[in-house]
Amino acid sequence: MTAFYSIYRGYFRTALVVQFQYRVAMIIWLLGGIIEPVMYLVVWRTVAQQQGGAVGGYAVNDFAVYFIAIMLVEHGTFSWIMWEYDFRIRMGQFSSQLLKPIHPIHSDIADNIGYKFLTLTVMAPTAALLAWFFNASWQPDARTLAIFVPVLILAFLMRFFWEWSLAMLAFWTTRVDAINQAYFIVVLFFAGRLAPLELFPQFLQRVADFLPFRWMLAFPVELLLGRLTPGELWLGIAAQLFWLVAGYLVMQVIYRAGIRRYAAFGA
Amino acid sequence: MTQDNAVIQIEDLSKIYTVTEREAGLAAALRSLVSRKTRDVRAVDKISFSVDEGEIVGFLGPNGAGKTTTLKMLAGLLHPTDGRATVLDFRPWERNRDYLRRMTLVMGQRNQLVWDIPVIDTFELNRAVYRIPEPDYKRTVDELTDLLELAPLLRKPTRNLSLGERMKCEIAAALLHRPWVLFLDEPTIGLDVTMQRRIRQFIVDYNQRTGATVLLTSHYMADVEALCKRVIVIHHGKLLFDGDLSGLADRFAPFKTVEVELQNGAGGRPLDEYGEVLVRSPGRVTLRVPKVETASVTGRILTDLDVADLTVQDPPIEDVIEQVFSQEATESEEG
Repeated sequence: MTAFYSIYRGYFRTALVVQFQYRVAMIIWLLGGIIEPVMYLVVWRTVAQQQGGAVGGYAVNDFAVYFIAIMLVEHGTFSWIMWEYDFRIRMGQFSSQLLKPIHPIHSDIADNIGYKFLTLTVMAPTAALLAWFFNASWQPDARTLAIFVPVLILAFLMRFFWEWSLAMLAFWTTRVDAINQAYFIVVLFFAGRLAPLELFPQFLQRVADFLPFRWMLAFPVELLLGRLTPGELWLGIAAQLFWLVAGYLVMQVIYRAGIRRYAAFGA
Repeated sequence: MTQDNAVIQIEDLSKIYTVTEREAGLAAALRSLVSRKTRDVRAVDKISFSVDEGEIVGFLGPNGAGKTTTLKMLAGLLHPTDGRATVLDFRPWERNRDYLRRMTLVMGQRNQLVWDIPVIDTFELNRAVYRIPEPDYKRTVDELTDLLELAPLLRKPTRNLSLGERMKCEIAAALLHRPWVLFLDEPTIGLDVTMQRRIRQFIVDYNQRTGATVLLTSHYMADVEALCKRVIVIHHGKLLFDGDLSGLADRFAPFKTVEVELQNGAGGRPLDEYGEVLVRSPGRVTLRVPKVETASVTGRILTDLDVADLTVQDPPIEDVIEQVFSQEATESEEG
């Protein structure tokens, strides 16, 4: 455990130093993460205003709170690892990772969290500014906030395992961009980034229940908004745990198969 | 070579790559969508050898001979198609963490240093990853800084280093955990002569101080001559020679070079009766003479000609290696 603490501390330090080197890129990524939810916020708020103040149970204020929360939870759970592996494998960087006596996922997790902590210093004030600008009113109770922390961690981990598995497809194809793009469209839709899932037709809501994406993003946001019954909350946590374990197992299988392929075809 | 002492043991190790092939043109591209043509490339073909603890062995061969593939199999990056290999009693491709902590692979053109951070920060990261105790780490960094003159480089980000500086830091980063086995793939590639010499000296020092086993590939014969008593030569994936460096010359280039300086020149006298004339200029001639005839030929030269100076040398190792590969090529054409 002490060894891991020291390893993660090392990775965090590296991640922070590297992020500081690329300040402009960091600001551009941040802007992307802010502009997208704000765009949907403006669109849905306008629709709600024109529909007499609400759409499908979401009032004008709810849309503002929903998309600001989406922005924050998305920031907390997203990863970019699937865009990197193709490059790492082709450029031989993956070989030097394989030579290290530690699973490569650890440096990726630390890198991701390092970026999140650094950029939270911009994200948090931006969220406050948006809340002020859109006049969003939100009063969560302490219990909701206390449950939100483990729910967010579960969402982060399960999403990371699945997206890391997706990244491993680079072992089989050099055209991962198309797969990644398809994945992002599915997430946009089924994770509730485009619109709250409650606004979807019943059939699509049921489909979303059986897919992992909702539990990565929409579920923690709905919890924050106080839109879940206790039953829905526990069911959601159970679903997160299920997809976390499933993601972990899939990741292990794909990673091992990927390494076998890498070792067979040339590193 | 005793098997008991063997740190690296390889038996009938083979690696076959399956590569897809396609002819040029749109039609071929469309055809390849339906049926892909593949071809097996035998990169390493049933090679066997063992390396004892503390040995420095040169692993030689032309480009594409299978050297890097073999090193990658031994470092656990590649899975062999057939055969057995153990290093420090581990099967490398299982990539046991205890094995990874005891060996290192340095590849001339790859880097493990983090591009954007100062070198010392990458070292720190390696300390954590390899779980190097603080006092050992400090001692090793001090030693490496001394031996490789790293002091002015440690605080610079990797991207600001020259190729030579980076290579020195790469080698240091790869040795922080004091590996018992070193696989060095072209460790001096692209470096100037001074830097090459320094790195060579460092490898010798490291080997003497730690007793580590070293298997290295290099295209610079100066590296091989300075470091390796023993060489293993492979070509087209097959093992051609395994033995002393001097034995390599005996077997593949059984001749010596005789350089003669003549007092009054040789006049018009043909000198090819003494051996193959390699270079001739007024007053000086270089001959290639079969090794067994060296004594008699030099005796005749000294009697027949007005000699100012005469030296007999082994052929340069580059020539020997060239000879090895050309002989092999001829044999395979004939076969």
